[in-house]
Amino acid sequence: MPVEYIPRTRELYSDFTPYRWVVNEDTPPLTPLKKPIAKCSVALISSGGVMYRDQPRFHREDASYRRIPKDARREDLNVWHFGYPTADAQRDPNCVFPLERMRELEADRTIGALCDPALSFMGGIYSARKVRDELAPRIVDELQAAHADAFYLVPA
Amino acid sequence: MTSAIDITRAVNPPRAVFLNFPLGHQTGKPDQPELQRQIVRHAMRAFDTIDQPGTIVELPFVWDPNDRTWETRDYTKGWMPERPAREDADLIEAERQSRYRDSPK
Repeated sequence: MPVEYIPRTRELYSDFTPYRWVVNEDTPPLTPLKKPIAKCSVALISSGGVMYRDQPRFHREDASYRRIPKDARREDLNVWHFGYPTADAQRDPNCVFPLERMRELEADRTIGALCDPALSFMGGIYSARKVRDELAPRIVDELQAAHADAFYLVPA
Repeated sequence: MTSAIDITRAVNPPRAVFLNFPLGHQTGKPDQPELQRQIVRHAMRAFDTIDQPGTIVELPFVWDPNDRTWETRDYTKGWMPERPAREDADLIEAERQSRYRDSPK
């Protein structure tokens, strides 16, 4: 049975004020793609806390993001996140940031193109308002500047 | 992509693909490129196939067919490894910064 993370979070952080989860009950807006994914420029975004080379480390409540060149080598990527065990992602960032896999899918034309740069932030941000009003609009600006047709968000 | 189906049901995004793996492995196990590729390929396919808002496609991959006990441990007390102390964390960060300053891109 899949893990229920909402009660687990309540238990794990039982010493703190209960977290108020985002709940959206309305039908979400589904924007149909204008063309098949094989023709689309796809952006990779990970909330796993990935940093490229000497980009600054994330910190708690950090609503900033990092631009990661699409041709980045694995050894130039590092991971910082307080909310999940990062050892496997540090060893192989493709666990939460499948940049190498996306490059392969671009090469074999599963997707039209992989957007440059890929983006990452550290998803352990307590304030949903901060994510909605500060981080998300900046990410949207980045996606528009890169002419992305779709984005693939990998949480961690 | 998601590995936390209850949170995703609450947030209710337009499209999602669910992989029942422990947190930190939303696109697969380390150093298993073929598994990772299949997972990501499924996710890309979902862009073409999902036409109903709020659809969550569940992927068929199993973390370990012989051991499902990870589900009882993930995200419970004692599951997170100890963090390095602040001074150690700062040293690790300084070391990372200097390593890349001196190495070619």
